[in-house]
Amino acid sequence: MTDRTLRGKTAIAGIGETTYYKYGQSPDSEFKLALQACVNACQDAGISPHEIDGFASYGNDRSEAGRLAAALGVKELRFSNMFWGGGGGGVCGAVGNAAAAVATGMADCVIAFRSLAQGQYQRYGRSGGAPIAAGDDSFLFPYGMMSPAQRFAMKVTRFMHETGIKQEALRAISLACYHHAQNNPNAVMRGRPLDAQKYDDSRWIIEPFFHLYDCCQENDGAAAVIVVSAEKAKQLKNTPAYIMACGQGCDHRSAAPVHNMPNYPSSHFSQIAPRMYAMAKMGPKDMGIVQCYENFTGGVLMSLVEHGLVKAEEANEFLTVENLIVEGGKMPLNTSGGNLAECYMHGLELVIEAVRQIRGSAINQVKSSDAAIIIGGPMVTPVSSLILGSEATL
Amino acid sequence: MSTTYLPAGLPAPGTGPDGLADPYWNGTREGKLRIQKCKGCGAWQWGPEWICHRCHSFDLSWEEVQGKARIYSYQRPHHPVHPALNTHGPYIIVLVELPEYGNVRMVGNLLGDPKQDVAIGAAVEAVFEPHDNASPPFTLVQWRLV
Repeated sequence: MTDRTLRGKTAIAGIGETTYYKYGQSPDSEFKLALQACVNACQDAGISPHEIDGFASYGNDRSEAGRLAAALGVKELRFSNMFWGGGGGGVCGAVGNAAAAVATGMADCVIAFRSLAQGQYQRYGRSGGAPIAAGDDSFLFPYGMMSPAQRFAMKVTRFMHETGIKQEALRAISLACYHHAQNNPNAVMRGRPLDAQKYDDSRWIIEPFFHLYDCCQENDGAAAVIVVSAEKAKQLKNTPAYIMACGQGCDHRSAAPVHNMPNYPSSHFSQIAPRMYAMAKMGPKDMGIVQCYENFTGGVLMSLVEHGLVKAEEANEFLTVENLIVEGGKMPLNTSGGNLAECYMHGLELVIEAVRQIRGSAINQVKSSDAAIIIGGPMVTPVSSLILGSEATL
Repeated sequence: MSTTYLPAGLPAPGTGPDGLADPYWNGTREGKLRIQKCKGCGAWQWGPEWICHRCHSFDLSWEEVQGKARIYSYQRPHHPVHPALNTHGPYIIVLVELPEYGNVRMVGNLLGDPKQDVAIGAAVEAVFEPHDNASPPFTLVQWRLV
């Protein structure tokens, strides 16, 4: 086999989002939100929903491909795909799977989407309340360790211990996200700016590194992108955002039970990132647009390090609010507000923001907007990340 | 006064339909800490699994080990993640490693003052915490500073 790459073969031609809500506040059902996002993405691309022929999602999305296809009147469903893993680790992988389907001729017009109304189902921040914990959970839940924040806090404590990175670096990440959300009309946290004092004074979710503002929101909403071939994308109305590479998977045994993964204080990208950069034929220095999934700021920190965007030994110095905001920052981060301050749309809002940046239509437009890296939910397994590029990067 | 570190009502450990971890939970009821050891290559393994990831032997024994460990990481949750913790306040969870047994790691609570400072690297020992009134009864393994 030759030419085993996704590089430049497909593009995101359409993006769609619903209104984003605090959890429990959506007037619409989760499945209706999914439909709205799909229809919005089709309108953005100038494609009829009847022409969609595939769906890819992640996080055990409840809006199943068959039901979506029936509701939208899809003429022929050719591809339906779920990325394993319950968290947002699969966000970039879902886009990559859609791209793989299009690049290999399995389908022509695939929607990668996520619909999530936490107010209508289970919230992530609280236990579901089952009286018995089985499997890995039986060694964790009885000790009061059952939320995603708690699973990851253990890694973050160790990472900070080994690297000497301080809370201020995490604070800068949070403040930058909240800063960018203030201009974004669809950001749930618009109108609720954050400053260092408010961050420092906020309650502990988990000591020693998880303040309230280090944690993502819980929201209702849906988002979708449409992946088509590069040739087709050029004929459509929007500037294509080419899919240059996708990496997915995890480090060696990163799902080892009861926190026994060999590379413990990790977001699990250390083996993925080099592979992805090689496929894109680009490196971290080329990435003018950086969108990194914040389940928790500690995961952002580890992800930036493992993707070569920040050196651990320079993180205390480099990760400042000034460096992370669009106005003059060296590495503007999460320019629509991200999971912390726009919406916890399981990271798909980060992919959509990267597309807007490449199109040049973002509210907080960066200067160097040819190449974007999007990093999916860190610290879960498997994880995924994605590089998008403008025509100039092909 | 409660004899358990955390209040009653948290999820109890269950081995699920496959019984993989039964020897561990049966052992803690007897005051013994047992983990897996591969009969093929002699490596210690934890958490429980059906196969040795090194040599792919399915022949794993359950060996009693000494509960001597050191703190590898920790956290002090404040936010109640379960109704049983709603009025409880902060507590400490530790991830410990057992240097004499291939540095396998285990999760438990650190007994004592929930507000105490925690030092990564500190030596700890296992303490068996029976929940005799649970149905069925079970025993957790907790950790205290040596």
